[in-house]
Amino acid sequence: MTVYLLCFILFLVGLYGVITRRNLVKIVISLSVMEFSVFLFLALIGYVHHGEAPIVDPASPDAIYVDPLPQAMVLTAIVIGLATTAMLMSVIIRIYRKYRTLDIREINNLRG
Amino acid sequence: MNSLIPLFVAVPLAGAFLTMILARYLKNINKYIGLLVMLMLAAMSLIAITTARGDISVCKVGGWEPVNGIPIGIYMVLDNFTALLLCIINIVGFLSIVYSLTYISRYTSESNYYALFCLMVAGMNGVVLSGDLFNIFVFLEIAAISSYALVAFGVEKEQLEATFKYQVLGGLASLLILFGIGLIYWKAKTLNIADVKAAMGSSPDKVHYMLIQLLFLCGFGLKAAVIPFHAWLPDAHSSAPSPISAMLSGVLIKAVGIYVLIRIFFNMFLISNEIAVLITTLGALSMVIGVFLAIGQWDIKRLLAYHSISQMGYVILSVGMGMILLARGTNPEIASLAIAGGLFHLINHAAFKSLLFLNAGAIEYRTGTRNLKEMGGLARYMPATSATSFIASMSISGIPPFNGFFSKLIIIIAAVMGKFYLLALIAVIVSIITLASFLKFQRYAFYNKEHAGEQRNLKEVPFPMVFSMVVLGILCVILSLVAIPQVRDIVLTPAINVLTDPQVYTSTILGI
Repeated sequence: MTVYLLCFILFLVGLYGVITRRNLVKIVISLSVMEFSVFLFLALIGYVHHGEAPIVDPASPDAIYVDPLPQAMVLTAIVIGLATTAMLMSVIIRIYRKYRTLDIREINNLRG
Repeated sequence: MNSLIPLFVAVPLAGAFLTMILARYLKNINKYIGLLVMLMLAAMSLIAITTARGDISVCKVGGWEPVNGIPIGIYMVLDNFTALLLCIINIVGFLSIVYSLTYISRYTSESNYYALFCLMVAGMNGVVLSGDLFNIFVFLEIAAISSYALVAFGVEKEQLEATFKYQVLGGLASLLILFGIGLIYWKAKTLNIADVKAAMGSSPDKVHYMLIQLLFLCGFGLKAAVIPFHAWLPDAHSSAPSPISAMLSGVLIKAVGIYVLIRIFFNMFLISNEIAVLITTLGALSMVIGVFLAIGQWDIKRLLAYHSISQMGYVILSVGMGMILLARGTNPEIASLAIAGGLFHLINHAAFKSLLFLNAGAIEYRTGTRNLKEMGGLARYMPATSATSFIASMSISGIPPFNGFFSKLIIIIAAVMGKFYLLALIAVIVSIITLASFLKFQRYAFYNKEHAGEQRNLKEVPFPMVFSMVVLGILCVILSLVAIPQVRDIVLTPAINVLTDPQVYTSTILGI
């Protein structure tokens, strides 16, 4: 249970960062922290106590394996997360070229 | 029928990659590929809706058959509700790409545009077709990431700011959805929507169940821009190039937001009264706040974007009313009437809102401004734009004989019959304010006195843009026919049956 709680705290740390930070890069880092807390959660729900890597070994038919599906999901989600982060960073580079700042308070052309 | 299902995703994906490869060697090939892909998809979606006829066809990707009755492969499901959404996505997509042929030539790197457009369509088709939660997440991200790039396509200050906001909130939404999916897998040990319904059983763990529902409501609510989560929508939809605004407002928020919400709350969860009331409240709030935010806008595209929030409120409201009535279990006929109103309004909104965004794009193309105060007298120079935008404005404000009138009428009748008198009153008032707002748009853009000297050399936009606008205008009128019972039985009724009778969906897919 403690592990799940720690994982949730990590999620909240990320959320706090997204809400309070003013630097665009720090917002993206906070978003990544949140993302990885969710990945950790997915990996945790597939964990089986004393489980082995899920490669079936015909020699020991009653071995305990961890659940492979969440691992596959985490791998997919990591790739998607990479794409999102790369996209965000490239937008930040463009924003810096246009506005010459990374402070979110000074990037406020759109209102109302 | 089964063989068509994978093509809906495969064709646009192939189109996207072919565009990127071939555009290096052959000039202008990108346009033809984009056009051909979307034409094929539009034709296929029409075939899908006419042949679906209430059947649920399942395509098991890779041919993985279920083991001991437990589905192990990825399932793609085509039922009438999906076919309806496929029609909206691909027909609006086709018309947007025809419009783009001339509109987008002002921008550099056109081939990227067509490739991203095809990717976005592939993502949306995948979301509506997949019968598996994680697959929905993957396709949703494909659609979302390509739409982030398309919003920033102009790479000016506003576009970049809007896309940053959109990406951070969109990323947050994806995380909430992924978290919800993890929680479902924890308890149900499956991700297939039909199988989750069966595995969760009739008496699930209350707190856990509620948490999942709230996470999904927040996640997909953010994607659909329901009111407390709407902050990104007006920026993103008004900054994007106009055909993309039409796709985002007309299609994307429906396919990845509203569609998934409706699908999982009807076909996966047991409908509970609390959640139904919450959804109805959110819908009513979106309707009212959206229209009040819209009325003070002078930027045409921002005005239209706020109206999108308000009109989506109608859809969510009527679906929510249907859920409340189904949860009470007293009068299922009125529940299906309310859902019918919601789905009908969903189709209509796709037609008139994308038309309005295309009109706004046409005005911007010729006058170079989006500010209503700087326009005036355009009706003389741009007759086609003016006429189609008049049709669309009257449709969205619910004036007969255009389509918006009939869907709003059904929603209001359902509200009165279900004894939600307050909601019916709100719906009428919001409709009147919408009319006021669109009369302002019409007056300032097309009929006001023109600014002297500035607009001498204005003329109608090029033919591809006029073609898309006129086709959408005609659609706005003929969609009224869906109100006729014979047409409704083909288009709407089977879709509603899928939603109101989740047992059929579950048992068909699991093959019980």
